[in-house]
Amino acid sequence: MDTSLAADPGPEIPPARWSGVDPMMPRPFTVKRVRKELADTFTLELEPADGGGPIRFQPGQFNMLYAYGVGEVPISISSDPDDPSVVAHTTRFVGSVTEALVHTRIGSLIGVRGPFGTHWPVEIAQGEDVAFIAGGIGLAPLRPAIYRVLSERQKYGNVVIFYGARTPEDLLFRKELQSWRSRFDINVHVTVDRATGRWNGRVGFVTQLIRGGGFDRHSSVAFICGPELMMRYSIQKLQEHGLGNDRIFISMERNMKCAVGFCGHCQLGSQFVCKDGPVYRFDNIEDYFSIWEL
Amino acid sequence: MVSRKGKTNGDAAAAAGAGTMERAVIDRDGLDALIAALQDDGYQVTGPAVRDGAIVPGRLATGADLPMGWTDSQSGGHYRLEQGDPDRMFDYVVGPQSWKASLYPAEQLLFTARRGEHGFTVDEPRIDAPRLAFFGVRPCDLAAIRTLDTVFEGGPFTDTRYQVRREGVFIVAVNCARSADTCFCASMGTGPKAAGGYDLALTEITAEGRTRFLIEAGSERARPILANLPQQPAGAKDVEAAETAVAKAAKAQTRAMVPEVEALLKRNLESPHWDQVGKRCLNCSNCTLVCPTCFCSTVEDRTSLDGHEAERRRRWDSCFTMDFSYVHGGSIRRESSSRYRQWMTHKLATWHDQFGMSGCVGCGRCIAWCPVGIDITEEARAIADSEGRK
Repeated sequence: MDTSLAADPGPEIPPARWSGVDPMMPRPFTVKRVRKELADTFTLELEPADGGGPIRFQPGQFNMLYAYGVGEVPISISSDPDDPSVVAHTTRFVGSVTEALVHTRIGSLIGVRGPFGTHWPVEIAQGEDVAFIAGGIGLAPLRPAIYRVLSERQKYGNVVIFYGARTPEDLLFRKELQSWRSRFDINVHVTVDRATGRWNGRVGFVTQLIRGGGFDRHSSVAFICGPELMMRYSIQKLQEHGLGNDRIFISMERNMKCAVGFCGHCQLGSQFVCKDGPVYRFDNIEDYFSIWEL
Repeated sequence: MVSRKGKTNGDAAAAAGAGTMERAVIDRDGLDALIAALQDDGYQVTGPAVRDGAIVPGRLATGADLPMGWTDSQSGGHYRLEQGDPDRMFDYVVGPQSWKASLYPAEQLLFTARRGEHGFTVDEPRIDAPRLAFFGVRPCDLAAIRTLDTVFEGGPFTDTRYQVRREGVFIVAVNCARSADTCFCASMGTGPKAAGGYDLALTEITAEGRTRFLIEAGSERARPILANLPQQPAGAKDVEAAETAVAKAAKAQTRAMVPEVEALLKRNLESPHWDQVGKRCLNCSNCTLVCPTCFCSTVEDRTSLDGHEAERRRRWDSCFTMDFSYVHGGSIRRESSSRYRQWMTHKLATWHDQFGMSGCVGCGRCIAWCPVGIDITEEARAIADSEGRK
């Protein structure tokens, strides 16, 4: 694959691939650990229970997690793609399935299908500056991409992380953010919409951080994940900053029942977000992005 | 198009030239013999049957089960079976059910899970699909089957449940000698004559007051079956009579899809017309259920009362429900207009991007079975007209 962005508008994201077994059948995985991250957010660490190999995934891909008898939900993988011994998913418990998942005991089984979808193509940003822009739980699907970049830190230019959450209590992966922030080779900027308690950090939307820069105006690559509105305004700021739409990658969220393009629920115009996405180079879905209720 | 090894090789046979095509003329006894021959070959024969006042695919035991002498009256929001010419066998067109239900059942079991000492085990059900022969497939529905083949077998993933049922289906097509008011296959390029993809094709012809059928083989495996039927050689007159009959049916079609509808809809995603049709649409999902190509589904999880057994089922779903586009926080398509736009633009425009073909075959079912008579051809025309007014 062409790894240079400077020469041409940039390579497309490679299509998702599948190994060939029936994609609708879940594999049993053992719950190794349930870590409470925030009041309403947890991380589930899983390992295969069927004697089969680990799930080899790329940053930004997702799995379908099945809670016995309750149902299935698409959840992004939040762990290190270069450590496939464990696969972790960070999610909020907001529905019946995630509610069941958060209450699973260590050692019990859940079903897993995946990995599905396109990935954050961090490799194309080698030699250039990288900006990660995350809103709320959107940091979870970006974390594997951050791990990947940091594991080959010398291959990239400046690395900036812009992270915004609603309140200080909603800041995900706080310890990790602090440890990244202590490094001399990354810039980590954090903001909250509303300050509570003893917060002495920045207050404001994540879009306001982008103005601060720290990445090249034209030859950077930005990876954005968060609520659609937050991504919309972040893109606007990046465009004002001078970044082309072919250098901006976002991850879309839609209803998904099958993850393989059969159920039709995830459609966004011509796109099946499950297999053509969830990660898109922005210029490829730009036209759809502004259309109401598409 | 998808390569279909070991299945209907109609296209290949057609490509080999008309000279190699075998044809003959048979009468009613020939139809009986054909059904019997298919049964002898181990096929379960499914064909047109009158049920609940409509013609739907049903199991045929003998040729006597075929609904003789019926015709249908169809228009926006209207379908009635009526007495027709008592000697004619195929003067009705398509009813509410398509062959979709045979290849892709409205509800199917995906897996069963059993609770054990350490969690649970998952079992995939065996699909005991009979070898099916589809008898009386109209050209629009033949195109719809090709479309479903592409959807379920043509991409990076294959739906094995569809594949198992589809494998080896024997198709006896029937070219249309009559169109209903709702038919617009001629403008979609799918009919009223089948272009291939069948094993055998029938055209009903009336010559010298007698109803007979021109029968043509479209695959290698159909040749021995055809050869053993009681028949007469097909003369130039018979072939001409069949051509005339389908040409008449094409000419009789009053509805047509506007040309270049794909591009038209793509540049009108924000047309005010969507609000207009959204106000008439009841979001009942009838159109998606009767559509022979609508493939969307949802899943349902059930558990036994004691919790020892759980199952996951897949069933047909419709983009007209609020639930369809639900993500945490609400549905993406809350307005009726958004949901109608999703259905129509998917069918006629974005389907081309996804599968390299139209999702509409011009069967007209969505028009007849819409309780308020919304007509997809009229809606497309209204959008085209609104461009002219700009």
